[in-house]
Amino acid sequence: MNISAIIFYAISALILGAGILAVTSVKIFRAAIWLLFSLVGIAALYFWMQVEFIAAIQIVVYVGGIVVLIIFSIFLTQHSGKGMPNPTKSKMIFSALAALFGTALTYNLICNYAGFTMNTAKPFNTSMNEIGTQMLSITNYGYILPFEVVSMLLLAAMVGCIVIAMRPTPSTIVTKLPNESIILTNKD
Amino acid sequence: MHEITLTQILFVSTALFFIGMYGLFTRRNLITMLMSIELMLNSVNINFVAFNKYLFPEKLDGLFFTLFIITIAAAEAAVAIAIIINLYRSHNSIDVDDAAEMKY
Repeated sequence: MNISAIIFYAISALILGAGILAVTSVKIFRAAIWLLFSLVGIAALYFWMQVEFIAAIQIVVYVGGIVVLIIFSIFLTQHSGKGMPNPTKSKMIFSALAALFGTALTYNLICNYAGFTMNTAKPFNTSMNEIGTQMLSITNYGYILPFEVVSMLLLAAMVGCIVIAMRPTPSTIVTKLPNESIILTNKD
Repeated sequence: MHEITLTQILFVSTALFFIGMYGLFTRRNLITMLMSIELMLNSVNINFVAFNKYLFPEKLDGLFFTLFIITIAAAEAAVAIAIIINLYRSHNSIDVDDAAEMKY
């Protein structure tokens, strides 16, 4: 058992242990912190696979962005000291059975599938230079169009968030009253 | 023990996916359900990177898919949290059982 395998099993134990605690913890704030550990473990797994760029993106976006957003929303909507009510016993049992069955089925499929032909002859070059050149290539098989579309999606999501989460001002509430709207239409 | 191969990484991501699924089934709180969905998306990302690294190392398409999934997951989390805050404002609770107006 070489050192790389030991590191892999340690990272996997961190990911899965923190993940289990994140979905079973009774206090919601602790669940968010366990989720953070699980995401850090996934970033470590990317480092282990030597894709440093994805690992950096994982830390910046997930750990720095999404978990902080989740913690903010916990503070805005929950009494974070109080525990959540436990799910009913039957629901827990059937969910665990479904998850275990799915895991067993997928493990079985992976174990019996021998079609993975490891391709270790060619080097796996993931320098930022290579990623940028291949992703934004405009010749063939480039991803420049999805790149632009996803930037528009981010803009739309940002505007949509502001509109959805905006507190309705008193003036807009007044214009929604039926009498007012009739008056307004008469003026028009 | 021997060298770590693609199979072991697939085992880890499968287990993570079904942990997220268990959380999605048992939790009744919208924020914790969102956290379970994040776990499931991350397990898919691990799969993309592992397949790219071990089966097709000469191309980088798996990494690009991972990047797009991370971007869309960020947008999805932001919109979901805006909806959750709006729901809390109107219902004073973010439990899925309390928001049942459109049921039946």
